[in-house]
Amino acid sequence: MKPPFWLGLLAIAVGTTGAAAQDTTVVERGVRIGITYEPGVRPGMLVLGGERGTALDSARTIIARDLDYSDEFEMIALPLGDSLSLRIRPVGEDSYTASFVPYVNYPLYAALGADFAVNVHPETDSSVIVTLYDVPGETVRRELRIPPLNPAARDFRLRVHRIADEIVRAVTGVPGIAATQILFINAGRIYRVDFDGHTIQGLSTPGLAAMSPVWHPDGHRAVFMEWLEGIGPLYMLDLDTGRREVIAPTVGSLNYAPAFSPDGTTLAFTRSDSEGTDIYTYNLADDCCLQRLTVGGFSDNLSPTFSPDGQRIAYVSTRPGYTQIYIMGSDGTGQELFAPFAYGVSGESHAPEWSPDGLSIAFDRYVSKVSQIFVMDVGNRVVRQLTSLGRNSDPTWAPDGRHLAFVSSRTGSNQVWIIDMETGRVRQLTRLGEARLPAWSPRIAERTN
Amino acid sequence: MRHILPISAGLVVVVIAVACGGGPPPPPPGPDPDSLAAAQAEQRRQDSIAAARQAEQDSILRVRQRIQAEERRAQEDSIANVRAETNRVRDALARRVHFDFDRSNVRPEDAVILDQKLAILQGNPSLQIQVTGHCDERGSDEYNLALGNRRALAAKRYLTDRGIAESRIMTSSMGEERPLAMGGNEAAWAQNRRDEFTILSGGDELRMPGM
Repeated sequence: MKPPFWLGLLAIAVGTTGAAAQDTTVVERGVRIGITYEPGVRPGMLVLGGERGTALDSARTIIARDLDYSDEFEMIALPLGDSLSLRIRPVGEDSYTASFVPYVNYPLYAALGADFAVNVHPETDSSVIVTLYDVPGETVRRELRIPPLNPAARDFRLRVHRIADEIVRAVTGVPGIAATQILFINAGRIYRVDFDGHTIQGLSTPGLAAMSPVWHPDGHRAVFMEWLEGIGPLYMLDLDTGRREVIAPTVGSLNYAPAFSPDGTTLAFTRSDSEGTDIYTYNLADDCCLQRLTVGGFSDNLSPTFSPDGQRIAYVSTRPGYTQIYIMGSDGTGQELFAPFAYGVSGESHAPEWSPDGLSIAFDRYVSKVSQIFVMDVGNRVVRQLTSLGRNSDPTWAPDGRHLAFVSSRTGSNQVWIIDMETGRVRQLTRLGEARLPAWSPRIAERTN
Repeated sequence: MRHILPISAGLVVVVIAVACGGGPPPPPPGPDPDSLAAAQAEQRRQDSIAAARQAEQDSILRVRQRIQAEERRAQEDSIANVRAETNRVRDALARRVHFDFDRSNVRPEDAVILDQKLAILQGNPSLQIQVTGHCDERGSDEYNLALGNRRALAAKRYLTDRGIAESRIMTSSMGEERPLAMGGNEAAWAQNRRDEFTILSGGDELRMPGM
């Protein structure tokens, strides 16, 4: 390649940047030299092309989509739709050498509107180096050395997702959520899907109906209910080995809507029996001590969710005659109405889930006989409605505390959707016959034990 | 028919006597013909007595078999009756009760259905049943399990309040998981908001109480 080609490309790039920017939401493009991340201002992000190869191309595509779905960046669409045009290579060099140092065209990336650029390039030992460039600062922000990537390996996508999450962390200080998965129910069976909608896998027994999947905080196990001749025991499933065990005190009764304490030692769950519907806890770590937290009498209590400090449990109670969000200590003390309630105004409320940062609770509530997603600020108990299109229910938090997955009927059938609460951007995760009861995993780290 | 018996036995004797009384056989040479004839007559008498006894035995056997067949038929008829009654009771037991949206109180028009079940439970003391509550598709999936449970408990409470032992009625809920009618309209929803009643034990032979 000769300099004149690069200059031409630069001209094209600059010429098309304006058009590309118009396709997305308006973003202030002030002077942002030496940028530090500010909430509300989305930095421009460019994923560069480079050496071709199945693993490298797949990795670039996955990383670019992950960064897009993080909703943290204004993704730069490359001119001509071909990332190869921007391959990093010293001008005038004809052959690849081991001592090759990438030529980084900061002015070009800046002209394209990028504040950051990501380069994925191979090392001679077939390991991969991922570099994050700070474009205005003209420096390397972060460099990750990755063992060789094999696209055929089972964990390939998850490994690439972890790289994307590290890039997000290098920019925002908080890792992304690409290395997460979502459990949901389709036609009675539990499925698992990657955060980007890839790799849908059935987990529970085909032919038996399952409900209420939740993640263990370790991200490698799940608990769910599976119908067994009119009763519903809870099972713990090891997602890596497929081994499953029944939760002892749930044999022989109808149990559902479980929730883990944040340390993973205690399981809270709902039981419906001849005494009504109430919340129980069981110590999984010591395999003992079934404890009944609520005694409903004529009201039902269900759907517990722990605060991140493990001290409190929000849940649903029918005590006021309407189903409403209640709160109590994790030992069952101090039960009181949590989300403000006005008779005839606050609709039936269900399925609360405490946010990972502890600041909010998401739930669904009926508005004009249609359920919608709401988020309540735990501090001031102000309730905010997030959805209005179709029926929307069963919200579940991403570990970043800014994304929620939920069930929506907006396209005609119930599917899992994801909303970014900061930008309002919504995307559809599942496209199946129907999907319901989603549960978003914590960040899934490599298993250590 | 028992009085025919001696007559038929007598007939047999006459018939045998006539058959044997035809043309005297040529006297065999040797022993005294008189004593031989006497012996033969005695033999014929013995044979006819044996034949009459045999006929009597056979007729008794035939009558016994007929009586047994009649008894068997009567028994089968009564089994069929019991079975038919049991089926009627089962049908009455299986009759569903329905509920208003998001409600679990027994509707006045459905109380009569539960009254019939009450009578059946009273008239069949070994009968144990299960009540399963169901919901329509609206409302949270998990909340509907609680609502279905409440509907099952409402029917149970109706029966136990009127003297049926708690231990005879099990309850469960399927929430909205087993709709009877498909379709997102009130006609389908109304059918799906229901309690179903099934027999757990003691339902092999059921009596319909007089009512």
